[in-house]
Amino acid sequence: MLANYGPTFPASHGTVYGTLLNFRGALAALGNAVDQPPYKAPPHAPVLYIKPRNTLARDGDDVVLPSGFDTLEFGATLALVIGRTACRVTERAALEFVGGYAVANDVSIPHASYYRPSLPFKCRDGFCPIGAVVPAGAIADPDALAISVEVDGEIVQRAHTSALIRPVRRLLADVTEFMTLSPGDLLMIGVPEGAPRLRTGQRATISIAGVGALTNAVVSRS
Amino acid sequence: MKRARVAYAGAVHEALAHADGLQLADGRVLAEDQVVWLPPVEPLGTILALGLNYADHAKELAKELTTSAKDEPLVFLKGPNTLIGHRGQTRRPHGVGFMHYECELAVVIGRHAKNVPRSDAMACIAGYTVANDYAIRDYLENYYRPNLRVKNRDGCTALGPWLVDAADVPEPGALALSTRVNGKLVQHGNTRDLVTGIAELIEYLSSFMTLAPGDVILTGTPEGVVDVRPGDEVVCEIEDIGRLVNTIVGDDAFGH
Repeated sequence: MLANYGPTFPASHGTVYGTLLNFRGALAALGNAVDQPPYKAPPHAPVLYIKPRNTLARDGDDVVLPSGFDTLEFGATLALVIGRTACRVTERAALEFVGGYAVANDVSIPHASYYRPSLPFKCRDGFCPIGAVVPAGAIADPDALAISVEVDGEIVQRAHTSALIRPVRRLLADVTEFMTLSPGDLLMIGVPEGAPRLRTGQRATISIAGVGALTNAVVSRS
Repeated sequence: MKRARVAYAGAVHEALAHADGLQLADGRVLAEDQVVWLPPVEPLGTILALGLNYADHAKELAKELTTSAKDEPLVFLKGPNTLIGHRGQTRRPHGVGFMHYECELAVVIGRHAKNVPRSDAMACIAGYTVANDYAIRDYLENYYRPNLRVKNRDGCTALGPWLVDAADVPEPGALALSTRVNGKLVQHGNTRDLVTGIAELIEYLSSFMTLAPGDVILTGTPEGVVDVRPGDEVVCEIEDIGRLVNTIVGDDAFGH
């Protein structure tokens, strides 16, 4: 659906969904806060959000730091590229619906609350660079991939997809229980704890073993 | 002009409103119940939806809210899987306790918009349609509320019947809305009571994101939400825009 819009939005993906707090360490980082207001309980079902088409960007694109903010958080994540219409899929069959994988950078303005974060924190133009898609057959097990993030040449974050609360198959089953994913849709599996914050002029490369690398820099508004 | 997208006799057609129902581009005149109505926006872009954008509805939900009202609009996003057309069916899962409709004026964007002041905002609008944006409150969680399990379910956002050209709606900020369930009036309001009006919404959204043709803004719903059950006919109507019919069905209709 995005292909018809010309030069403004670079990628030709369907809808891009993100998953909140799906790394065990990311949920643990909230500590007892999950039982306090406003949350009152830990997440029960998958918590998802949408990165709208204006956020889509490519490898090498600069991400603009809006005026009034000091840093951007770069959220390293694996995107599942849906290959077949997925509605109420079973865990067992789930990977048959994945057509490929890509490295994604779920960019946010750092914010403390997950209750009702305001849209401008995550949905600005260019806030979701996505790398090249590798075919599903290239990845034997999406729950066994090392993720690393390098900022200005130094490794600042290491994570592994074995640390998911909902592994990939389970995530697909639980999400498609209530919403259909269509070919070309992307489902990002979650951002691990300790996401780096970058200032203007810094550059990060997110690497996921076997999937690829994605490099983007932070720039000030021109 | 009122335009629709319908399926009829093996093809998808563009249609215009006609005294006897609708007229396909090829000239055929058909009754409303002879066609399958599709959502009237194509190609479709980003779907943005406003929460708590009528003061009375915010008050109605106040006991559930765990923080006070925000000073900026509460906006969330929806995927295309949620949309269905006029006269469609929406599933109420078995065991659910509170599922409700939300009659909303939907604003369809017609041109790229970035950093548009409210004084120029109305020129970015292609037209208007009616939305019925269902919610299932049983699934509410306090993370990215309203979470997608409440608001992004397949077929839970009816849209249509018509896309009405903006030029034919001189006062979108003064339209009466109503919802009837099985003929009984359950919800009524007027777009003049929007907390954040249409031009301000476009100014706000375009201040941080580029809006583009095919983007849809669901502007929120007034008070009067009640539970709906399989078999209920839900009719959302907006003055000069349209009358959107939807029927609630149970899991059996989906083979669950």
